[in-house]
Amino acid sequence: MNIEEYKGVWVFIEQRDGEIFDVGLELLGAGRDLADKLEVELCGVLLGDGIKDKAEELYQYGADTVYVIDNPVLKHYRSETYMKAVGDLVRKYKPEIFVYGATANGKDLASAVATEVMTGLTADTTMLDIDLEKRMFEASRPAFGGNIMATILCKKHRPQMATVRPKVMQKPEPDPSRKGKVIEEKFDMKEEDLRTKVVEIVKAAKKGANLEEAEIIVAGGKGIKDEKGFKMVKDLADAMNATVAASRDVVEAGIIGHEYQVGQTGLTVTPKIYVAIGISGAVQHVVGMQNSELIIAINNDPDATIFNAAHYGIVGDAFEIVPMLTEEFKNALAEEQGKGVTTNA
Amino acid sequence: MNILVCIKQVPDTKIIKVNPKTNTLDRSSAPAILNPYDAHAVEEAVRLKKEHGGKVMVLSMGPPQAANAIRKCVEIGADEGFLISDRKFAGADTLATSYALFKAIEKLEKEQGIDLVLCGKHAIDGDTGQVGPGIARRMGMPPLTNVINVRNVDEKNKKIQVDRKIEDGHEIIESDLPCLLTVEKEINQVAYSPFPNMMRAARYKPTVWTVDDLDDVDIKQLGLKGSPTIVGRMWPPDKSSGAEIVEGSTEEKVKRVVSVLMEKPELFASKGGEK
Ligand SMILES: Cc1cc2nc3c(=O)[nH]c(=O)nc-3n(C[C@H](O)[C@H](O)[C@H](O)COP(=O)(O)OP(=O)(O)OC[C@H]3O[C@@H](n4cnc5c(N)ncnc54)[C@H](O)[C@@H]3O)c2cc1C
Ligand SMILES: Cc1cc2nc3c(=O)[nH]c(=O)nc-3n(C[C@H](O)[C@H](O)[C@H](O)COP(=O)(O)OP(=O)(O)OC[C@H]3O[C@@H](n4cnc5c(N)ncnc54)[C@H](O)[C@@H]3O)c2cc1C
Repeated sequence: MNIEEYKGVWVFIEQRDGEIFDVGLELLGAGRDLADKLEVELCGVLLGDGIKDKAEELYQYGADTVYVIDNPVLKHYRSETYMKAVGDLVRKYKPEIFVYGATANGKDLASAVATEVMTGLTADTTMLDIDLEKRMFEASRPAFGGNIMATILCKKHRPQMATVRPKVMQKPEPDPSRKGKVIEEKFDMKEEDLRTKVVEIVKAAKKGANLEEAEIIVAGGKGIKDEKGFKMVKDLADAMNATVAASRDVVEAGIIGHEYQVGQTGLTVTPKIYVAIGISGAVQHVVGMQNSELIIAINNDPDATIFNAAHYGIVGDAFEIVPMLTEEFKNALAEEQGKGVTTNA
Repeated sequence: MNILVCIKQVPDTKIIKVNPKTNTLDRSSAPAILNPYDAHAVEEAVRLKKEHGGKVMVLSMGPPQAANAIRKCVEIGADEGFLISDRKFAGADTLATSYALFKAIEKLEKEQGIDLVLCGKHAIDGDTGQVGPGIARRMGMPPLTNVINVRNVDEKNKKIQVDRKIEDGHEIIESDLPCLLTVEKEINQVAYSPFPNMMRAARYKPTVWTVDDLDDVDIKQLGLKGSPTIVGRMWPPDKSSGAEIVEGSTEEKVKRVVSVLMEKPELFASKGGEK
């Protein structure tokens, strides 16, 4: 393998029913930085049925070139077809770096493509960088249940591939004036030759939580003790027009459903404000919220590790602080909105 | 229906400690267990066997102690266990791991026939979820990942229908057999092992193979040598600069935080139905 032949940074763009997943756009943002450092093109890889027009959107998010394969057999994701189509593209155009969203299908595809073209794949990364001197891709990921971070390198094989967790990279602002080009490829697998069929796609009824979209989250941990304590968390959340969330211990105590759990085995959230009440700051929790814009922690233990992840910390008893904070906040907000002071103490 | 389950012995990451000086894992701090997802895979295989007959084989790559994880599978109800164990396998990344397992599966397939391969969704230590799809690609089988339910197995027409978990719901997939599934924990509950299984497991010795027992192995694709990825640096997760701890009386602390929050009052404007 002559690794010099491999050029360009590629991003797999996952879509369903023609709707592009955010993670693809987030990766165009991250990929742009990598491509600029290496002084190469940033390319999107877009597969589907009737999706060619979507290329326009990808330019706006930073793609220079979009490889498109538009074919009815690619309408829904299937390993069988996507692996072949993407594998062919890689063999033909030889990218240097290729990243995929670490979604169910993204991981499935990347693993199959890595085997197909015999290269290395780093899983579930949260940090991407380039060692310019060695022109090497440095993909880092949490491992061993989040207890450690590891940088994985792929020295002698190309492309250097990684899956990247959704919501970790920032989605760039679209630039409507950016233009690019499409390279369209043919694909000749036939439906009747395939061994798998998508019978039906069932969308889960949206559960109330929708944490991943929330702009403000107030989360409670074991420190709030029980349902009564959690009521106090809810009151603050209501005052702030926020969504509630919880650590795993609170979910396991049955105080709130799993769809509200933040962390490694829950959701990754990136709100503008995250208030952590009585949460110790275990890595498994922190990986799920550390990229929030503003983190405020309330804990009675001055050495709680949550204070390492937070921007502002209050050391003290949540049962004293939180109700006071709720009232104080309501007053300040009412004042701000010029409605005069309304309290319902 | 012959079912093969790939299983891995892993350190229990719930209790593993990191040596703060060397940033390496203190493996002796954590007991070795059967990867929890693989226990669900074995359970599912046993369930399918009860319905459709045949046998359940388990296969692991690892050091000799991995035989303990195989015994655990026998407790759950596996019929036969195979361990591939050789220094030449050591240091494998997922590409080299799937190659070694593939070579062993190929041998089993030739000798006894395999209709279905099961893997866990991921192993809790390496945590990549890449080995299953890698094996499927090498076996030329369709991989169906993140399976939460096996709906139906049609032995006559050699078809299987499963539910796969995807981001905002699930999809129902039909595939030809043989194929490979990776399973989520939701697929079943691992039942308590019946006493006769425990008795059998205690005495059970898996078949152990070295590289030489496998056919046409390309040594260059095994272990560290056959691994395109290497682990570079390891470090404990980011300890960021830390919070500004607000000082003063409780009231002063609260006031300070409210003033920080009120820097962006527009955030709190009620947007009906947002919650
Ligand atoms: C594989 C794995 C996956 C995991 N996944 C997740 C996950 O997704 N999400 C998650 O959250 N956890 C997860 N965990 C669990 C995680 O390790 C922690 O156990 C958990 O986050 C702790 O929850 P906590 O902070 O609420 O409770 P604790 O660690 O018990 O912390 C309670 C905190 O409250 C403080 N406190 C007590 N009383 C008061 C008071 N009156 N006022 C103010 N503060 C008070 C205490 O000082 C303490 O810091 C996972 C663990 C493993 C091993
Ligand atoms: C810190 C760290 C980070 C790593 N990161 C990467 C990485 O990003 N990319 C990479 O390619 N490798 C990586 N590795 C190497 C990887 O952990 C090993 O290759 C490992 O042998 C298999 O990967 P896994 O544990 O992730 O298995 P997974 O792919 O998560 O396992 C899925 C399923 O495959 C089956 N399976 C996996 N291993 C075996 C086995 N030995 N025997 C039988 N069945 C098995 C089981 O059914 C299991 O449930 C990393 C290793 C370390 C220590």
